[in-house]
Amino acid sequence: MRLADDERAMLDGKQGAARQKAMDLLVRYGEALGAERLVDTNNVCATVSATTPFVRDYAEQRGGGMDAVFSEFSLDSAEVVEIPRVKAYTCHVQQGIDPEHAAEQGIAPQIVRLYREGEAYMGRIGVQLLNTCTPYQVGNVPVKGEHCAWMESSAVIYCNGVLGARTNAEGKESAGAAMLTGKIPYWGYHLDANRLGTHLIQVEVEVTSTADWGLLGYWIGEAVQERVPVLEGIRQVPNLARLKHFGAAAASSGGVEMFHIAGVTPEARSLEEAFGGRKPLATLKYGAAERRQAYERVNSTARERQVDFVMLGCPHYSLEQIWEACQLLEGQRLHANTSLWIFTPSAIKQIADRNGYTRIIHDAGGVLMTDNCSAFGRVMPKGTKVVALDSAKQAHYLPAIMGVQAWFGTTAECIEAALTGRWSGGLR
Amino acid sequence: MSKIVLRGRKVVGGSAEGEALVTRDQISGWGGIDPRTGTIIETRHELRGQSFSGKVLVFPGAKGSSGWSSQFHVARLAGAAPLAMLFNEMTTKIALGAVVTHAPAMTEFDQDPLAVIATGDWVKVDADRGIVEVTKKD
Repeated sequence: MRLADDERAMLDGKQGAARQKAMDLLVRYGEALGAERLVDTNNVCATVSATTPFVRDYAEQRGGGMDAVFSEFSLDSAEVVEIPRVKAYTCHVQQGIDPEHAAEQGIAPQIVRLYREGEAYMGRIGVQLLNTCTPYQVGNVPVKGEHCAWMESSAVIYCNGVLGARTNAEGKESAGAAMLTGKIPYWGYHLDANRLGTHLIQVEVEVTSTADWGLLGYWIGEAVQERVPVLEGIRQVPNLARLKHFGAAAASSGGVEMFHIAGVTPEARSLEEAFGGRKPLATLKYGAAERRQAYERVNSTARERQVDFVMLGCPHYSLEQIWEACQLLEGQRLHANTSLWIFTPSAIKQIADRNGYTRIIHDAGGVLMTDNCSAFGRVMPKGTKVVALDSAKQAHYLPAIMGVQAWFGTTAECIEAALTGRWSGGLR
Repeated sequence: MSKIVLRGRKVVGGSAEGEALVTRDQISGWGGIDPRTGTIIETRHELRGQSFSGKVLVFPGAKGSSGWSSQFHVARLAGAAPLAMLFNEMTTKIALGAVVTHAPAMTEFDQDPLAVIATGDWVKVDADRGIVEVTKKD
């Protein structure tokens, strides 16, 4: 790989041991990819935290030292180096716990202490504690063409597809190296040619609710894997929440990191622009049969209709989605055997508190939580066997991670399950 | 016993040999494996319940969460990583994952490893020389 002078200086250790380790990792990673060079970035979204179970144990064994955690897990360095302040603007993605609801989530007090220490550490080195899988909902909205180094597959696909900014799906170690150096391999979705569409998806059914968009994404992800789908036939312009659910699903059943919707997304004013004048590798139809297939796949673990737990907010809910849930909940009480947790970024919860939404959810018997989610933190109410979800992504992951059954449906079907304790949803 | 030689590009250097574990399904890292044992946990994966620990893992590529690399990183620290990785589709997830697993890894083969190698075959990987030697089980 070709290195610029400032990159060579970092690799030679002229900017300290941590940046030397970071540049060494970027070179190993860039050569593995076959990248020719690095590119400057000033927008990194990463996880640094030590709150997932394995990293928590590792941190405790090392006396809780965050430099040791950062060196190993964020720089792939067994040698512990002192971590300086970051060079690039860096936001933290979701965390392992919600420190304000640790008791409900079954998190021990010493873990909360570890979390708080980690937070103070990250604040000191300049990591902004957005603590969400949806940085674009709380102020980190990169502009078209901006080179980013983001983690979190649902945020990556939103960054590329909806915003027209440029990122690959980075991992903990490459994002750690990027924040210290302001560099990332110039490869994949940083280059024009790789952003063009590969597969044409002819959508022949109405796609309206967030659940509809989740099903569409879930089907497309499985069909195109890590290629670039282009959607044709979308008659109603989708909003943030719909594109968020679509992308999250496509990045779970497959590895989609970029997509176009002709006439909607920024690099697809037309089908021709989306494909850059090339012919699609394949044309696929999404009709009623394909929609049903996606529905059956995403519901493949569900058997028992008695629902113990309803989880909303994967990816983290927007204020509009919290409001929608509140209108369905207001003045009612959850079923005695069913819990409801809704997840949102802490910045949005602050507004939900002021709007009285947190109170409405609380009065119904639910909880508005922040920072993590059930799958990422491995947190659910005790004894949960059957969950209801309005997220195809969460329905994909939660049964695998926690061994539960998952029903997937619309937000209204989920709220109904929370109120009645039973799943009565179905494909309509 | 017949021997087959594949040539490809080094992703991570080094050499290793062992039994192959082959899948035509892409592998999800976070939420797709249990990194403490190297077991595939994804609900509809053809290898669900099987471990790649100590095996030469042959697969199309990586999908899913950006936690891919950190899960294989944890698998290495837990002693549950594959011996080597051979794959077809290059992505940032698999490149970074292979780098932090510290096991030899290769891609861009002259023959499709998924067609040539079967689970249980004995595979010698020399990533620095870009050579994979396969001894068929039968």
